[in-house]
Amino acid sequence: MGGAGPLVAVVDYGLGNLYSIARACGQAGLQANITGDATDLDKADMVLLPGVGAFADAMSALKERGLADALREGAAKGKPMVGICLGLQLMMSVSHEFGTHEGLGLIEGSVERLPENEPDALHGGRRSLKVPQVGWRPIEEPEPGRWDGTPLSGAIPGIYQYFVHSYYVKPSDPSVVGAISHFGGTSFCAAVAKDNIFACQFHPERSGSDGLAIYNNIAKWLSEGGFPQ
Amino acid sequence: MTVRIIPRLEIKGPNLVKGIRFEGLRVLGKPEVFAKHYYAAGADELIYIDAVASLYGRNSLLDIVERTAAETFVPLTVGGGLRSLDDIREVLRAGADKVAINTAAVQNPQLIREAARKFGSSTIVANIEFIHHGDGKYEAYTDFGRESTGIDAYDWALKAAEQGAGEILLVSIDRDGRGVGYDLDLTRRIAEAVPIPIIAGGGAGTPKQVEEVIRQGGADAVSLASMLHYNMIKTLPQDDEAFEGEGNTEFLRKGGGAIKLADCGIGDLKAFLNAENIGVREAA
Repeated sequence: MGGAGPLVAVVDYGLGNLYSIARACGQAGLQANITGDATDLDKADMVLLPGVGAFADAMSALKERGLADALREGAAKGKPMVGICLGLQLMMSVSHEFGTHEGLGLIEGSVERLPENEPDALHGGRRSLKVPQVGWRPIEEPEPGRWDGTPLSGAIPGIYQYFVHSYYVKPSDPSVVGAISHFGGTSFCAAVAKDNIFACQFHPERSGSDGLAIYNNIAKWLSEGGFPQ
Repeated sequence: MTVRIIPRLEIKGPNLVKGIRFEGLRVLGKPEVFAKHYYAAGADELIYIDAVASLYGRNSLLDIVERTAAETFVPLTVGGGLRSLDDIREVLRAGADKVAINTAAVQNPQLIREAARKFGSSTIVANIEFIHHGDGKYEAYTDFGRESTGIDAYDWALKAAEQGAGEILLVSIDRDGRGVGYDLDLTRRIAEAVPIPIIAGGGAGTPKQVEEVIRQGGADAVSLASMLHYNMIKTLPQDDEAFEGEGNTEFLRKGGGAIKLADCGIGDLKAFLNAENIGVREAA
């Protein structure tokens, strides 16, 4: 780790395990600065918003630390931003997890619960698919060429990524959907790619070499001066 | 959903060990090297359980976790002797993605709730190790099978889920290392009663038995130890770095031992399940 690679502010708001993300950054030649200090976000070449747990708790933790405003400012200035799991969900305008909560609003759309009644064929139809969904799912390109110029560039549609989630995002503008996946018969948005923002529901840092390739793409572009527009 | 295939590596000091019914632990080699080989072979996750979990051995475990995390990029669950939020933070910092909690959670179920709140529910795995005493009586044990609790394993699983555990690792002590198949009855009862995923463990000896615990037992994921370890030992060259140190695997390499297990690696197992229409991740 370390070295003189591009600096990534990994946003620490007191919840979750950030070490795997820091390790994947290091592997890709990125310097990870795990920080809860809003002023560090501006100094970084990229901001990475991770997250596990409940949406409302995370949102209030971000606000308490002045990080919500700093994230909005960074996004408005065109700073490269990556969201992972709850980090993606926090970027949306509204969540319906235990009530209705306002998000960062970087991406227009909502956060919805995975359906509770998807039949589980594997286990003899005795029960529905479990929520949370924990495990590996293939991700697909919404249309050919969609991954060009995103951190998924070069990936082969159908690659497996590791998911842990009970909620998924529903962007209002379908053109920002960067990848799709399936939960039983429900197809859902697995990643968003919009201007300077890339955010995914899955965990690339836990998804083997296909996941590390995403970090490598990010590192490559940051070294070249930012995400391609 | 794809079913996760998870090698379970039991650790004593610097060594990967394996016993039968959690006893008679035989040294097999270096856990971090086995882990690296399993990662390359397509393991969907890895589980480390410290069999001794003494305070004295903690640094050695953290070293192993750190070396493993540097070379494997699938979820790594670490358990054994984690008693507090500080213990949990320490193994996460060393490179674990999730922690498995048994003894401390039985003594203080509130620990699951506190840890889930702090590190996220998906980071906390309730590790339930049980013995079937017959007549449907299942008792939870702590301290790597050394201490009985008088607690019903089914009740405890429900409670752990209520407390906010993200997953349950359900391991049969009486089937461990014997290749007699998983405990289908308790696995199914728990899998149908709790909303969180169940990782079944203890007893895998053939691919067919793995299929049974998925279809009949309702397991969302499976953990395997002896079957994969012994296959790995036979597959690796004798001078592989996996065997540097104090292990003596000559006996196993020649197929010794009273317990007969299918000669089956992760790739073979995934191919078998795939052919049986059980979805698995195709390894890159």
